[in-house]
Amino acid sequence: MKRRDFLKYTAPATVLPTLLGGFSVKAFGATPLLQALSAAADNDHVLVMIQLTGGNDGLNMVIPLDKYAAYQSARTNIAIQEGKVLRLDGYTKAGLHPSMTGIQKLYNDGKVSIIQSVGYPSPNFSHFRATDIWLTGSDSNQVLTTGWGGRYLETQHPGFPDGYPNADNPDPLAVQIGSIVSPAFQGTDASMGIAITSATDFYNLIDGVLDPVPNTKAGKELEYIRLIAKQTNSYEQAIKKAAAKVTSQGDYPANNYLAAQLKIVARLVAGGLKTRLYMVSTGGFDTHASQAEAGDTSKGAHANLLGGVSEAISAFMADLRGLKASRRVVGMTFSEFGRRIKSNGSMGTDHGAAAPMIVFGDYVMQGVLGNTPSIPGASSVNDNIPMQYDFRSVYASILQQWFCVKPDELQAVLQKDYQQLPLISGVACGVITGIPDITPDEDKHLIINSPNPFTDRTTITYITGSGNTMVQIFDTMGRLVSVPVNKVHAPGTYTFTFDASYLPTGIYYARFQNGAVQQVRPMLKVR
Amino acid sequence: MDRRQFLTLSPARSTVAAPKAARTTTGIAPYSGPWGKQQILHLLKRTMFGVTPADLAAFSSMGMQQAVDTLLTVQPDPQPPVNNYGTDSTGVSLGATWVRAPKGDIDTENDRITSYKSWWIGQLINQPRSIHDKMVLFWHNHFVTETITVQDSRYLYQNYLTMHRHALGNFKALTKAITLDPAMLIYLNGYLNSKGAADENYARELHELFTVGKGPDSKYTEDDVKATARVLTGFRIDDANLTSTFNTTQHDIENKQFSAFYSNKVISGKTGTNGATELDDLLTIIFLQPEVAKFICRKLYRFFVYYEIDDATEQNVIAPLADIFRTSGYDIKVVLNALLTSEHFFDPLNYACLIKPPVDFCVGVFREFNVQFPSDYTTRYECWKVIHSTAAYMLQNLGDPPLVAGWDAYYQAPSFHELWINTDTLPKRNMLTDALISDRGFNFNMFIDPMAFAAQLPNPGDPVALISDSLDILYRIGVSDNLKAFLKGTILLTGQTQDYYWTNAWQLYIANPNDMQARSDVHIRLQALYKYIMDLSEYQLS
Repeated sequence: MKRRDFLKYTAPATVLPTLLGGFSVKAFGATPLLQALSAAADNDHVLVMIQLTGGNDGLNMVIPLDKYAAYQSARTNIAIQEGKVLRLDGYTKAGLHPSMTGIQKLYNDGKVSIIQSVGYPSPNFSHFRATDIWLTGSDSNQVLTTGWGGRYLETQHPGFPDGYPNADNPDPLAVQIGSIVSPAFQGTDASMGIAITSATDFYNLIDGVLDPVPNTKAGKELEYIRLIAKQTNSYEQAIKKAAAKVTSQGDYPANNYLAAQLKIVARLVAGGLKTRLYMVSTGGFDTHASQAEAGDTSKGAHANLLGGVSEAISAFMADLRGLKASRRVVGMTFSEFGRRIKSNGSMGTDHGAAAPMIVFGDYVMQGVLGNTPSIPGASSVNDNIPMQYDFRSVYASILQQWFCVKPDELQAVLQKDYQQLPLISGVACGVITGIPDITPDEDKHLIINSPNPFTDRTTITYITGSGNTMVQIFDTMGRLVSVPVNKVHAPGTYTFTFDASYLPTGIYYARFQNGAVQQVRPMLKVR
Repeated sequence: MDRRQFLTLSPARSTVAAPKAARTTTGIAPYSGPWGKQQILHLLKRTMFGVTPADLAAFSSMGMQQAVDTLLTVQPDPQPPVNNYGTDSTGVSLGATWVRAPKGDIDTENDRITSYKSWWIGQLINQPRSIHDKMVLFWHNHFVTETITVQDSRYLYQNYLTMHRHALGNFKALTKAITLDPAMLIYLNGYLNSKGAADENYARELHELFTVGKGPDSKYTEDDVKATARVLTGFRIDDANLTSTFNTTQHDIENKQFSAFYSNKVISGKTGTNGATELDDLLTIIFLQPEVAKFICRKLYRFFVYYEIDDATEQNVIAPLADIFRTSGYDIKVVLNALLTSEHFFDPLNYACLIKPPVDFCVGVFREFNVQFPSDYTTRYECWKVIHSTAAYMLQNLGDPPLVAGWDAYYQAPSFHELWINTDTLPKRNMLTDALISDRGFNFNMFIDPMAFAAQLPNPGDPVALISDSLDILYRIGVSDNLKAFLKGTILLTGQTQDYYWTNAWQLYIANPNDMQARSDVHIRLQALYKYIMDLSEYQLS
């Protein structure tokens, strides 16, 4: 007997306050499973992950207006013209790529959070490896065979897929729009997600149209087997039912593959599908060459890509509002890595490290988390954007603040404790006070070093509050050099000496983290 | 347009094709068209259990006749099954064969029958490059016995040997051997058949299921059944030698009259040990009837080509094939050779239309991907056992066909082979391949090593060639360029647009096979690729 069944069958007949799938939560006390279950059943929240495949050039998506000169000199051939950068209400340090008017409007409407410089220690510059890291939530040097979404869903549905779908869970747990389920949804034994073959095939599924087969004996048999396969798709009916409830949708841009995928998601969400996680993707971000037009750098391949993403998200949110389902949805963009600070000679950018993420939704707290990336005065080809936030902090924050997962359960999903970021209003999980937005100004120094530049040693001073404090040292490639501090301090000012005598000369970054607060300090080692 | 392109899906077409499949009028004239990878794969997939890249390579330099001759090579008796189960009530020690030991008690017999079934799967997994094992299965489906009825492991193994020894021999001789086979004598009550009150069970099936069949022109009578039963009175089982004996006192010595269908022949009753020779007279009479050859040829056709036999096929294939079979004196190799070298067999319209039977599907996937088995034989038997059960759950329980007529997929009109696939069995097929390609693997840590498979292909570093070569060997039906592009772009390249990302990842892995990350990069993607390929309906076709 599965645990869920056990709980269901032993439920007392009396009506108790919190009903969950027909049984009371309170009757069983606080077990970890029930905590997860109650969190799951108490809301109908949906996360839509938008994968930008290829490595999105974050520095041209969120342009550092406060460091415009350094930005411009690092990438003279592709820098977006300062005057064309889209401004954000109440925020002057950075703006958006000129093609992203949709995201700009959503931001100004208070529905977008931009997280600067998201990455992880010792970034990998291979598309494959970096993609796997993002989808599984692994450390840089670790190989995980389960996805982060799959692990989350496993805490909710420990017996899956045995006995699924069932009366309590008639709908797919996760949906990939595409032909193959994302590794992000991989559980220990089975994938927790299903793939809806493509925008076209999804509508084929609804309309009952079969793919063509050759007019041969083999075609006859193939058609027969496909028919059986369709009948055995246990979620087909649930998907059709949800889709059938939505008969009219808002306008989406034409010839926009991402928009076509998001249109399906909107239809399923508004149709009442209880699916928690959706994954959509769009490619072409591997912009090694000609990412901007020589005559007008605000145009070109990357502009088209970002414009497509922006228009698709904008149309998606408008559609959800029209369908009265927007309050159920949070979306986020991610890419396997950002690109190098310095552009190359072919008007492109090469594989890089940290990059901004965009999180959107009615409950998302407006703002830009973190500072604009540190850009060296004279950038070299190896210069990378140092991480300010770990991508698993974003996952942890969404799980806790949107799916209401308890902090102790996050450990099971993400292996470690990660910093919570103020992404989603506390209202979403019924928490009175959310996490305060405390991105410190760069002129308010929480971490400094002296002397700087230095030759062998420099003294690092940091000012910390209560809770865990961590100081990480990265090199310019994002490699984690050391973690000199990682412990719970009493609030106060602390000092230690960073010995770099064994390290080559160059730029190093000291990253300070205390609760939701982080700051990155560039340090220069010279001869 | 080449033949393969013709079979490939046309992406332009958007409506459902007419349900009536295209007809073929080719006959059994020797095939003289192109001879290449597609023809070899068609031949091997139909005659073996799955095809490995090594199988393909072994046949690649052969012409058609040499390939067919190789496949028709008679194989020696197998190494018999052994005690893999431990305690044996007759004292057979672990690792020793039980096939000539005295009958065991109920538990031991159950253990031995499980041992026998497991071993049989092992024979198929380790099959030589020959049609021999598939023909044993063919005869098992034809001359059915069931372990659950026979309940004597020694007879069951003898029955296997009887089929194995005659599988590529003479059909008339096989029919005689099966008639006298102890397992068959038990299964259809032949050992109880006595004068005065003949048991007609075997006699009826000898006509209806084993020789002339019940086609429209098969007009044997009830009196023929009764006469046959009387001919076969007196056969008993010699339990010591695991053979049949003849009890002269229980034999009906009267004359036996046959109908016009059998040319009104009479078998003169014989006394004494000569009574046993009436079986030869009986088979001579039956085998004069042309229906025998037609019936067997139709069954061979449904087993190796396709289930539907229309008028053109009956006229152009079955009839001339039956003539060859009869003229040869029922030489099985001769008729198989004629079929497997015919233009009909290699007609592209007959490619890819055979739904893999469960045993073919299960054994095939283990063979195709060269899944490694444990080195100690007891665990190996356990592995074979679980493969046997897996096929049984998919409706084909090797050793126990559902009834004397065999598996209904081979005779039940109009669905025939489609009966293998339903909403219960298709997910089981997907679950088997999903488990094998997963990290956790199938039972007993049996898993597919996708890198080892890819490494056998000519150019695994080129994603286009890797996908094309993989599909060539794993599918028999062509797929659209769209699907290939999807497999490459979405799966192998994870959405990247440049082929060299795969090439680099593969080369990095080859240069550092023990580097966990380099391995993971290609492993994840190859797992996803082969999982997807095996989950598509196309993989069910052979």
